[in-house]
Amino acid sequence: MTGSGPWWLAWRRFRRHPSAVAGLGLLLLLSAAAATAPLLATLLGVEADAVDLFNRFAPPSTAHPLGTDELGRDVLVRLLAGGRASLTVGLAAALASAAIGTLVGLAAGYFGGRLDALLMRLTDALLALPLLPLLIVLAALDPGKLGLAADLAGSPLAAIGRIVVIVSLFGWTTVARLVRAQTLHLRQETFVLAARAQGAGTLRILAVHILPNLASAVVVATTLAAGNVILLESVLSFLGLGISPPTPSWGNLLTNAQELIWISPMLAIWPGLMILFTVVACNVVGDGLREALDPRGATG
Amino acid sequence: MIRLAASRLLQSVLVLLAVSFATYGLIGLMPGDPIDLMISSDPRLTSEDAARLREIHGLDRPMVDRYLAWLGAALDGDFGYSRLQGRPVWDALLPALHNTLILMGLALLLALAIALPAGILAAVRRHTWIDQAVSLAAFVGISTPPFWTALLLIILFAVLFGWLPAGGSGAGEAGGPLARVQFLVLPVLSLALAGLGGYLRYVRSAMIETLGQEWIRTARAKGLSERRVVLGHALRGTLIPVTAIIGVEFGTLFSGALVTETVFAYPGMGRLIYDAVLGNDFNLALAALLLATGFTLVGNLAADVALALLDPRISPASRAG
Repeated sequence: MTGSGPWWLAWRRFRRHPSAVAGLGLLLLLSAAAATAPLLATLLGVEADAVDLFNRFAPPSTAHPLGTDELGRDVLVRLLAGGRASLTVGLAAALASAAIGTLVGLAAGYFGGRLDALLMRLTDALLALPLLPLLIVLAALDPGKLGLAADLAGSPLAAIGRIVVIVSLFGWTTVARLVRAQTLHLRQETFVLAARAQGAGTLRILAVHILPNLASAVVVATTLAAGNVILLESVLSFLGLGISPPTPSWGNLLTNAQELIWISPMLAIWPGLMILFTVVACNVVGDGLREALDPRGATG
Repeated sequence: MIRLAASRLLQSVLVLLAVSFATYGLIGLMPGDPIDLMISSDPRLTSEDAARLREIHGLDRPMVDRYLAWLGAALDGDFGYSRLQGRPVWDALLPALHNTLILMGLALLLALAIALPAGILAAVRRHTWIDQAVSLAAFVGISTPPFWTALLLIILFAVLFGWLPAGGSGAGEAGGPLARVQFLVLPVLSLALAGLGGYLRYVRSAMIETLGQEWIRTARAKGLSERRVVLGHALRGTLIPVTAIIGVEFGTLFSGALVTETVFAYPGMGRLIYDAVLGNDFNLALAALLLATGFTLVGNLAADVALALLDPRISPASRAG
């Protein structure tokens, strides 16, 4: 394959970082494994929720590569099923954070003045507050009191939607900062001034001249935000406020594991390793992307 | 100096008011309300009783009215009764606050005691294996879920070695203060490790930036030993951004304390907030959240003031005044 577009050049620079490429590979592998978890479960001949009380806390074997839990369920299959929830929430919340952060950063950076001061104060305040205690209140809200129908509010999908909303409400600040800085810089570029001199409206300038040039900043910030968002989801689920059983997620698998820590410590190892690997992968990919997309700002 | 502190104080009060209003509104959206709870604990109450109780307690009034009434009482120092603990909110809060401050203070000291020397060493020996090891440790640190670190510590020190208790506070058990200390070791260690990765990065990059300054070159040109350049001159320049970061990270430290306290069943503010929110203890939850926010803001403020004292470049005019 050859090419010479800017994204192709970025990919060539990205490939020079072996750790970033490995991180990307790991993320793709984890996503593929999580997406095909039901299929893999069928191949292994076990169900994620299949209880086998005669086979509790089984050690690793060919039938159960990572052993079984307190109900005789296969740990590996539960882990992959947990990845489905955690990665879905991570991806959705990272995208939502990116959207909010881009809007806020764009508005603050382009219009400046009081709006900028107000939005940046808000960002600072969010960073300075004790986040988790406030998130707990949000997570404990009764969706029924917000006007949602009871059956809809109780569905697993709504639970996932709720955690995505909560996490993104606080996940957008990094993206907003980066986008604002980049917008401040772009606003004074000659091509923007030229467009304005030709009578282009504000919306057109934002959509045609500024937004496309923000793409690399947004991509980098979103990748880095994804790691934080996955961490936050796991903390909330661990505290019993995110994705709740029986739907497994890496966070709530660990809640369960803590109760069983004296009997089966290994149950507490695997989900944590999965979170750690995913977050490390997001962070190295983010760093690799930063150097690939912004060669001027990159430092070795 | 005083003007800076005063304006920041005013801002903090405004933030606190905004947070109290928002939390008051949000808590009203939590499942169950106080009257429902009364009904469930006393089946003889009829729906007329419930309506009358709502009226007596003012629950039929609009949210803003109720908030103002609450605020008025709160300003008088009356935060009401805790439903879970059956005592005034203040009496429930103070011991928890005491425990949390001990936990947070010790964890912060431990984290800095590791991060300052390690970060400085990494910066001074940049691009060597020491630097790479410190950077790797920091990278793993910021990518590890904090509660998982806590679980690993429990597995290692409680399950495998059996040296330390896996949780609790030791209150009500035999033994002097020394016996209580062993209940602090794992929570402090886990909270310190949770923040360590971030601190290592800040110290290292602050030191690298300081070492690139011209006044460091001057100090070297004077013929000072590298040791004196780093410890005598660059250290002070490094402490300034690090102090600023500690102030900003105060909220994160509190969030970390909540996780740590929940994992180790340590009776601090974080666990109190968690139990109060999930146990529908509205008065306690509200007061505890505000106290947590207040302490975080005081932490930010203290860091700002310390910064102004440490750094002569920050508003010299207000410093003279």
